[in-house]
Amino acid sequence: MLRLEKRPSPSRFWQGMTPVLAVVLTMIAGGVMFAALGKDPVEAIRTIFWDPLFNAQFASYSRPQLLVKAGPLILIAIGLSLGFRAGIWNIGAEGQYIMGALAGAGVGLAFYPAQHWGIFPLMVLAGALGGWVWAMIPAILKTRFNTNEILVSLLMVYIAQNILSSMSLGLLRNPEGGGFPGSRNLSQYPSASNPELIAGTGMHWGVIAAFMAVIAAHILLQRHILGFHIKLAGQAPRAARFAGVNPTGLVLLCMGISGALAGLAGLFEVAGPAGQISIDFNVGYGFTAIIVAFLGRLNPIGILLAGLLMALTYIGGELAQFMLGLPAAAIQAFQGMLLFFLLAVDLLSNYRVRLGAKVEAA
Amino acid sequence: MFGGIDPGLLIASLMVASVPIILAAIGELVVERAGVLNLGVEGMMIMGAVCGFIASVQTGSAVLGFVGGALGGAALALIFAVLTQFLLANQVASGLALTLFGLGLSSLLGQGFVGIRPPATEALPFGPLAESPFFGRVIFGHDWVVYLSIASVAVAWWVLKSTRLGLILRAVGENHDAAHALGYKVRRIRVLAILFGGAMAGLGGAYVSLVRVPQWTDGITAGAGWIALAIVVFAAWRPWRALIGAYLFGGISVLQLNLQAAGARIPVEYLSMSPYLITIVVLVIMSSGKGKAALNAPANLGQTFHASR
Amino acid sequence: MTRPELLRVAGVTKAYPGVVANSDVSFAIAEGEIHALLGENGAGKSTLVKMIYGLVKPDAGRMTLRGAEYAPAEPRAARAAGVAMVFQHFSLFEALNVAENVALGMENPPPMKALAGRIRAVSAEYGLPLDPARMVGDLSAGERQRVEIIRCLLQDPKLLIMDEPTSVLTPQEVDILFKTLRQLASEGTAILYISHKLEEIRSLCDEATILRRGKVVATCTPRDRSAREMAELMVGATLTPPARAGGTKGRTALEVAGLSVASPIAFGTSLRDVTFAVRRGEVLGIAGVAGNGQDELLLALSGEVRAGRDTVRIDGAGVGDRGPNERRALGLVSAPEERLGHAAAPDMTLVENALLSGALRKRLTANGFIDWEATTAFARGIVEEFDVRTPGTHVAARALSGGNLQKFVVGRELLQAPGVIVINQPTWGVDAAAAAAIRQAILDRAAGGAAVVVISQDLDELLEISDNFAALNEGRLTKARPVAGLTIDEIGLMMGGAHGMEVAHHGH
Repeated sequence: MLRLEKRPSPSRFWQGMTPVLAVVLTMIAGGVMFAALGKDPVEAIRTIFWDPLFNAQFASYSRPQLLVKAGPLILIAIGLSLGFRAGIWNIGAEGQYIMGALAGAGVGLAFYPAQHWGIFPLMVLAGALGGWVWAMIPAILKTRFNTNEILVSLLMVYIAQNILSSMSLGLLRNPEGGGFPGSRNLSQYPSASNPELIAGTGMHWGVIAAFMAVIAAHILLQRHILGFHIKLAGQAPRAARFAGVNPTGLVLLCMGISGALAGLAGLFEVAGPAGQISIDFNVGYGFTAIIVAFLGRLNPIGILLAGLLMALTYIGGELAQFMLGLPAAAIQAFQGMLLFFLLAVDLLSNYRVRLGAKVEAA
Repeated sequence: MFGGIDPGLLIASLMVASVPIILAAIGELVVERAGVLNLGVEGMMIMGAVCGFIASVQTGSAVLGFVGGALGGAALALIFAVLTQFLLANQVASGLALTLFGLGLSSLLGQGFVGIRPPATEALPFGPLAESPFFGRVIFGHDWVVYLSIASVAVAWWVLKSTRLGLILRAVGENHDAAHALGYKVRRIRVLAILFGGAMAGLGGAYVSLVRVPQWTDGITAGAGWIALAIVVFAAWRPWRALIGAYLFGGISVLQLNLQAAGARIPVEYLSMSPYLITIVVLVIMSSGKGKAALNAPANLGQTFHASR
Repeated sequence: MTRPELLRVAGVTKAYPGVVANSDVSFAIAEGEIHALLGENGAGKSTLVKMIYGLVKPDAGRMTLRGAEYAPAEPRAARAAGVAMVFQHFSLFEALNVAENVALGMENPPPMKALAGRIRAVSAEYGLPLDPARMVGDLSAGERQRVEIIRCLLQDPKLLIMDEPTSVLTPQEVDILFKTLRQLASEGTAILYISHKLEEIRSLCDEATILRRGKVVATCTPRDRSAREMAELMVGATLTPPARAGGTKGRTALEVAGLSVASPIAFGTSLRDVTFAVRRGEVLGIAGVAGNGQDELLLALSGEVRAGRDTVRIDGAGVGDRGPNERRALGLVSAPEERLGHAAAPDMTLVENALLSGALRKRLTANGFIDWEATTAFARGIVEEFDVRTPGTHVAARALSGGNLQKFVVGRELLQAPGVIVINQPTWGVDAAAAAAIRQAILDRAAGGAAVVVISQDLDELLEISDNFAALNEGRLTKARPVAGLTIDEIGLMMGGAHGMEVAHHGH
């Protein structure tokens, strides 16, 4: 029999090692899954994790994609991680992402075809505001009526999706698009576009915002009393109240930050890599970011690494789809599996696992 | 606006529309009464939907399809049980993982099954009773799963209220330390409750893909699992109120579909978001002020149990 | 003694990682005997009885029940063998009613209606009135204990284990309980009575086994020994009561007037019109049975629960509507009863826990940025001055023993040069030496001019350190009276006499 024994203090070693262990276990289990699908597991894993970065044929295309995909994941995950640390579960980032994109793109399109340097900054502001407003709804319902924020924030994703399809078929539809759903292409509208800043790197304003968010979150959590209060509220809510933390303010703050960051991610995506508002421009970053946040152990630096890794699985997954005919859904399952393994091995940081056991009475 | 809608047909179809949510909500209600918060209902439902679909297409039997759906949901629930009960993982995160994984895996499993029609689940033969004007449709015009869903509410209510099993289950959800001190197997009871919840969610999911739609597409459950979770809160953890909540929700879904079909002047998107919107409104009403839904929550809901000494 | 032996424990040993809870413990109980298990907190009493009740398996040693081998694998087996236990922290379910709670503790409970009848019958027979339909969450601590006792009695136990039963009772309720226990003993039930209260043991018990650090240090007949002798056996040292300088009292520092707040705790007790004042240099002791508004009073004084502006005044300034930090700024510090989770965050280090309430008064932040060096220095200072036994300030709070963590928490508050100190249960679960140190530190601050409110369920403690004495009863506070000259009967009446006895009269 295996026995669990609580450690007196959390193990630093395992706190750092669990994500690595989880990735290794996921590769093994994923390999089994790929084999079951009739693919060579070693080749599949190599195609996903190695080829996008180091295969001479693909790397020139894939490497820049890494930042393109990691940017929004990191930006959203940083926001989510603050809430998760405080025990506030915003799982509706996907909806906030959509609403940020709609608000930002809407502002940009309202100015079309005027050219002015101030349009893009205004869009950025609108994007953040759009996500913030969408997150404020579950936040205020929680603080005012004690409504469960998990359910409300998630249900609002479905509402946002309906608004998105309404917008791309109606208000924001490209009047010159020949009746096809979808807005004008923002990347062809210089004042409103979010271009690649350095050719061949994939770097755009969203990636810069993501890095800034990582640094700001790191300082907040390590050095600032507010970060301390966020951690305290999550670990020991009553102790937080004793320390003078205002729970209402904390909910509004954490939900607001995560909503605004998700909205920003949406805006940068729609003005850059995606280019336009369309019914399905969102590809689930808001949900994948949940995995990124946990894989990064809710730690900003960890999230940075986890975001890059998760971006790799997206790109590698596309490559494997193209090269090996691996279904896209397999990658989604693979990402879900990663979260399982992470949660499973997480107990090593707080518990010792002992084999066999106690000596029974003679 | 309602002129063209027959009330008998409306009630009959809302009863059908509510089945997946009733089944999933009753399962989750039992899980939460045992003190476990499984947010993976959506994932378990869609696994049930795909497994049920595959099983019925492969065997040609709708009934075996439902068995397959229940097993699929329970299999995913087993992962949750292992994570939260043995590896002491956070229940919120594990539930989310279940949903993310379930969505991916189901679309992987369902790849070869798009565009196929499953074997039909027929209405039970009540003979002449089904011909009677209003009640024929409302009471005697359904397939067996509709009756099963109502029966599950009654059974859950009776077991929780009047049996020793129900008492022990509630005790475990209220105070796991005390239950442990009295010698009850907290973990075993919770694992069984989680598996039951998974099977019920799977059944609900199978009803979506085998009867409601009936075919397989990715993301077919479209948030029904989340609605079921909301219904449990709405119901304040009481089975009969879950039935009312599910019928309320089913009624709105059916109504908005009818309005869409009737070509109402409200845009389609706003009609299709209405069930979610109304669920939120109901949640707010239930949790605010002295509605006190939260006060009925099992005291140990969502807390990890580890018998240290 | 000619009574036949019931239970014999021989050479039982149980070790946990880092501690040996019981080492080679042996004793025996006869039928109808009331046997005391006496020892300080952490002496191993709880572990020992958990082994007898089947919750914990011994590493070595054996037990016999009426001569037969006895090794219960689980509580169910213990109950089947006739062993019943009343827990210190009740194993009750607040959201279930009395009958359901009783049924959960029985192997084959009769149908609910029949059970309710039996509960009424047994509770009347033993003078412990109880309504089977009531929700346990609405009962007083004394009534909850009755639920536990009746749950045991319905099984006709041969051995009844009682873990610190009087800590939740008023003196009057203690008298009723003792009558019940004597009646049970005269009917042949053996009672294993766990306590650290010496006078109780002397008046109730036939035999006593004294434990210290997991070992049996003595077995005696309590009536033949003085309380002081037993105390020295239990503690292993001679204790000196805290020294107090009877200094003069200054002006009023804390004033509470007409304070009424609804309880934020499920099944809690709301405060009703609480009024009192404490002067500088004065210690006000607030007694009361658990669950009569102690937690709520602390929350309302610390600022975690808010009320009208003028219901709480610090040095004349109304702060009733202000939060904890605004009150800290004015000099009020507080220490809640629950150490892990309320006063301290279990998984955070001692440094972080020092920051938790010390940030403001110790100026550990600048523009919100934390000065970790100063915080570490503060944490070290607490550890040194209050003799907190820990490998360092980097360890998690949960790694400390209860007594050491309590010293840390109390030290953290007392080292902030406070003008007003509010402490709930300052020495709960703390060994005698640490308790003495904490009491002395509190008295020293009072002598230094702080106004002190000590909320405690330990009457001896309150009588030892307080100048004035008041009691909480169902959320109401009695008028404070000087400690000098109070009798135990008067104190009992202040605490509400015997709770729930009125119910009994209605019932019949």
